[in-house]
Amino acid sequence: MKVRILVSFKDSVLDPQGQTVKNALHTLGYRSVKEARQGKVFELELDKVSEEEARKLVPEIARKVLANPIIEKYTWQIIQDE
Amino acid sequence: MTMIDEKTIKDHGLTLEEYASIVRLIGKAPNLTELGIFSVMWSEHCAYKSSRVYLKGLPTKGKHVIQGPGENAGILDIGDGLAVVFKIESHNHPSFIEPYQGAATGVGGILRDIFTMGARPIAVLNSLRFGPLDNPGNRAIMEGVVSGIAGYGNSIGIPTVGGEIAFEEGYSLNPLVNVFALGLVEKDKIFYAKAEGTGNPVLYVGAKTGRDGIHGATMASAEFGKDTEHKRPNVQVGDPFKEKLLLEACLEVMSTDMIVGIQDMGAAGLTCSTTEMAAKAGAGMEIDLDLVPQREEGMTPYEIMLSESQERMLICAKKEKVGEVQAIFAKWDLDAVVIGHVTEGGRLKVKSKGEDVVDIPVDAVVNLCPVYRRPIKTPEFLRKVSKLPEIPLPADLNEVFFKVISSPTIADKEWIFRQYDHMIQINTALLPGADAAVLRIKGSKKALAMSLDGNSLYTYLDPRQGARIAVSEACRNLACVGARPIGVTNCLNFGNPEKPEVMWQFKEAVGGMAEACRAFEIPVTGGNVSFYNDTEGASIHPTPVLGIVGIIEDIGKALRPGFRTAGDAVILLGENKEELGGSEYLKICAGLQKGVPPGIDLAVERKVHELCLEAITEGLLRSAHDVSDGGLAVCLAECAFHSGKRLGCSIDLGDRIRTDALLFGESQSRIVVTAGPRRAGKVLALARKRKVKARVIGRTGGRDIIVRVRRREVVRIPVGDAFKAWKESIPSRYKIKE
Amino acid sequence: MKFGVVMLPGSNCDHDTFHVLKNVIGRDTVFLWHKDHDLQGVDAVVLPGGFSYGDYLRSGAIARFSPLMQEVKAFARRGGHVLGICNGFQILLELGLLPGAMLRNKDLKFLCQFIHVRIENNRTDFTRAGKKGQVLRIPIAHFDGNYYAPDKVIEDIRANKQIVFRYCDADGKVTDEANVNGSMDGIAGLMNARGNVMGLMPHPERASEALLGSEDGQVIFRSLIEVLEHKGRKAR
Repeated sequence: MKVRILVSFKDSVLDPQGQTVKNALHTLGYRSVKEARQGKVFELELDKVSEEEARKLVPEIARKVLANPIIEKYTWQIIQDE
Repeated sequence: MTMIDEKTIKDHGLTLEEYASIVRLIGKAPNLTELGIFSVMWSEHCAYKSSRVYLKGLPTKGKHVIQGPGENAGILDIGDGLAVVFKIESHNHPSFIEPYQGAATGVGGILRDIFTMGARPIAVLNSLRFGPLDNPGNRAIMEGVVSGIAGYGNSIGIPTVGGEIAFEEGYSLNPLVNVFALGLVEKDKIFYAKAEGTGNPVLYVGAKTGRDGIHGATMASAEFGKDTEHKRPNVQVGDPFKEKLLLEACLEVMSTDMIVGIQDMGAAGLTCSTTEMAAKAGAGMEIDLDLVPQREEGMTPYEIMLSESQERMLICAKKEKVGEVQAIFAKWDLDAVVIGHVTEGGRLKVKSKGEDVVDIPVDAVVNLCPVYRRPIKTPEFLRKVSKLPEIPLPADLNEVFFKVISSPTIADKEWIFRQYDHMIQINTALLPGADAAVLRIKGSKKALAMSLDGNSLYTYLDPRQGARIAVSEACRNLACVGARPIGVTNCLNFGNPEKPEVMWQFKEAVGGMAEACRAFEIPVTGGNVSFYNDTEGASIHPTPVLGIVGIIEDIGKALRPGFRTAGDAVILLGENKEELGGSEYLKICAGLQKGVPPGIDLAVERKVHELCLEAITEGLLRSAHDVSDGGLAVCLAECAFHSGKRLGCSIDLGDRIRTDALLFGESQSRIVVTAGPRRAGKVLALARKRKVKARVIGRTGGRDIIVRVRRREVVRIPVGDAFKAWKESIPSRYKIKE
Repeated sequence: MKFGVVMLPGSNCDHDTFHVLKNVIGRDTVFLWHKDHDLQGVDAVVLPGGFSYGDYLRSGAIARFSPLMQEVKAFARRGGHVLGICNGFQILLELGLLPGAMLRNKDLKFLCQFIHVRIENNRTDFTRAGKKGQVLRIPIAHFDGNYYAPDKVIEDIRANKQIVFRYCDADGKVTDEANVNGSMDGIAGLMNARGNVMGLMPHPERASEALLGSEDGQVIFRSLIEVLEHKGRKAR
C-alpha cells in the first residue's frame, strides 16, 4: 500500500518560505492568494501491511522521524491500497 | 537492432567523415551502443577536436610541474613533500537549462577530478558571467547558480573562497559557469587513471546508475535552439552528501597500497572511465553491465554506458586487496562492486545479459579522434568596433563615479559570497573580496594564493591582447597579496568553432595566453575548452578565464587591499595612459563596446609584479591593490572600502590626459600601494632600482575620496556614500517589492 | 583530559575541531565514529558542525539515531559534558538534550560571516573562562540557525539562566540587526538546565587562531578544560 504524509509547520511557527511564495505570487498579480504555507510530502510504499497496522505504524513513523513535533504537524492518508 | 542511418549519425553529433573513420578504425560498422561511445568520446567536449592544434602551443614545462595537461588535473610541487592538484572546468550549458543543478554538478565534477588523484580538495573558486541583472530571467539564473554552488560546496565541506562575477549582454542566453578546484596531496601519494595489471579487478564505487544526463557531453557540443525544453532530462542531479562519503572513502583507500588506478565517472560516465583507464595503461578491459548497480529498471546497455549519474568512480584494484577495498567503502555505506577486470589486447569488451554488446579497440576511442584545423577568418566587425567615436568629457565626474561604482560587475559581491561557506577547513587567511584567495598550509609558514580572472570585452576587441591581459591580471592579483605564480589552468569559453571568425578568435586568444605565460614563466597544467556558447546564432564574446596558483613564502607577510592608517603615502606603481577602449566606464556611461583594449608590455608588467613582491617581502607596504575594472578611481574606492573604517584619501595627479581616462581608464600594469611615511622613500628607491615607474600620488586620511588634477578638484565623494552605493547595488535588485 | 570529536557521515568540521583541540590548544583528542558504541573514556564529547546526512529530512534529524549518539545521550544523562557546534547544536535539539528547534534563517539564505555574541552567563562550565557581557567575535556558517521554542519554553530557559550567548553588535548591544538569522530572543547558544550540555550556532573552532581573524572562540574550550582538568565546578 502507498501512504502519503504531509508535514508542515505548526500555525504558531513563522513560515518565511511560505511568506516568500505568497509575496512572489502577489508580485505576479495573483492577489487573491491570501495565505501560503510550505510543507513536505512523503510517500511511503508499505510491504504487506494491513490498514489496521498502518493506522499504528504511520503515526509512529511520522512522530518519531518525519516531523519535528516542536515545530511541525502532520496529516496522512492511504493513497493506494493493494 | 537499430539501423544506423545518416540521421542517427547526425543525432549523435558525428559527421559522415567521422563515421567513416570509425568504421575504418574498428574494422566494422559499429552497433548503436558502440556508436554512442564514439559519439561522446569524439565530442568536442571530450576530444578537443577543434582546439588541440592550438593548445599544443601552450608552455607546459616548469620546475614545479609534476603533472601537466592530459590527466584529470594538473599537479605542481610546492615543497616540503607537498603538491597541489588543481583544474578548472565549465558547466555552461547545463547551468542555462537548470541553473541550480547545472552549477551544483559542475562543482561536484571538478571536485572528483581533484580527489581522484589522491588530493583532499581544500578550495573552490568560480568565474561566473550572466546577462544584465535588470532582466528577471538573468536574476533567476544567477540566484540559481549561486545557490547551486553554495548548496553543493557547503554540504560537501569545501570552502568557496573567491572568484569573479561579471554581467554583460550576450551571456543572457549563455551564462558562463567555470569552476576551479584545488587540493593538497603528499607528493608520493599521487594516483593516476591507469588500469594496469592483466587480471586486476575493476570496481564500480559510489552512487547507483540512473538515466541522468545521457548525452550531456554531446549537449555541451551543440548549440541551443528555441526548443531547449526537451533537453531538461539531460541535466544531472547532484548529491553532495554522497560525494562527501565518496571523497572520504576514496581518500581512505588511497592512503593504503590497495589500488593501482582510479578515475572519476564524469562526462560520458562509464564509457569515459573504462576506455581512458585502459588506454592509459596500454591495456584492455572487460566489464559486465549486469553487475553495475542501477537505480532504474530496464536500462539498456546504451543507457548504462552513457549515463552521467553523479558521484561514481572506477577503481582498478590489486587482485588480493579487493575485500579490503570493499570493506572501506562499506564503512562509508557505499556500493563497491567488481564489474570487470583488466585484459591484454587493448580492447573494451562489454557484456550484458550474457551477450557481447561492445567490442572495440580503446585506442581508437581515446587517442585517434580526428584533430581539426578549422578555417579561420579575421572578423569583419573588428574594423568597425575598433574605432572609438568622439566621446564628450563628462561634466560631473562625481556622478560618473557613482554610476561606475554601483554597476553590478564592479559593485560589492558580498551578497553572493556570504552564501558560500568560505571558512570551512579553517585555512582561509584572506576573506573573499581581496585580490586573491589566500589559504594557509597547516604546519607551515607558506600559504597558497589563487586568482581567477577573465575578460570578454577586451578579448572581443582584440583576442590576443585580451588573453595577454587576462593572464597578466591574475598574476597582478597574486602579486598584490604577496604571492609568486607557479602554474596556470585555463577555461576557454567561445562560440561555435565551425564559424571561421570564432576559430580565429580562439587561435589568437590561445596565442596571447601562451605569450603571457611564457613572459611570466608559468606553465599551463591543463584546463578546459567550452565551445558552442551560442544561442540562435549569436556567439558570446570570446571569454578566456585563467586560474593561477601562487605561493606566499611567509603567510605573516600576506597583504590586504584596504588602507590601514591615515597619513600613509599612496603610491602608484606603473603609469597612467590615455586608454578608454573596452573600459567598463565606456560600457556603463556611453553604452559603447568599442575601441582597442589597453596596451600591455609583458616585460613591464612582470617588473611591476616583482617590485610589489619585493616591497612586500621587505615589509615596506601597508596595503596593495591592483588597478583593473573601472580604473584608478575604482581602485582607490575599493582600498577605502576595505579599510574597514571608511578611511579615505587625498590624491593629486598631474598627468596630461583626459580626466575621464585618468580616473576610469583601464591601463594595465598598475598597482596602488600604501606605505608609512618613513617607508615611502624606500619603496620609490626600490622602484628606481628595478626600473619601474612609481610615484607618490597622495595620502590616506579623512572620510572622503578626493582627487585633484593639476590642483583642480575633479572628484570628492564621501566614502560612506560610495560604500553604500557599492554595497547595495546587487542586493537591492533581489529585494522583493511588496 | 581527553576530548572526543564525533564523526558522522557528512560532519565536515570534525577535522577542524580536532585540529584546534589537539594542535592549537594541545589536548589529547580522538575521533568517535558514529557506528561505534565506545566513547573511549573521553571527558567531553564535541558534536562538530557540518552537514551530517546532507541535512536531508531536517538538519540533525537522522544523526540522532546513530549508535554512537545513543551513547552520547546516556553520557549526557550521567552528567558528562557535551558541546554541540552548529550542526552539533541541531543534533542536540533533535535528540531532546536541549529544548527548542531550528528553523531556516529569516532571509532564507545560507550565511557565512563573522558575527559577535555576548556572554550572557559566565557561570557555566563552557564560559567560566570569560566575563559576563564579554563580546566574542566568531564566525557563523549556516542555513538553519533561526532558533525557535514555544513561549513557555523560552520563559523557562530565561528563568533558569540557560541562555549562554546572544547575538550582539561589536559594542555588545543586543539588537535586531545583529541577529542576522532571526533567532528568538537573539539566542545564539544555550545549555540544558543541569548545565552539562551546551549548543551554539557560531563556530568557535574557526575563531581559535589569530591568523584566521580571531581567537575569541578559545574561551569555550578553555572553560571546559578548566572544569575538567581541575575537577572543580563553580556554583551556578
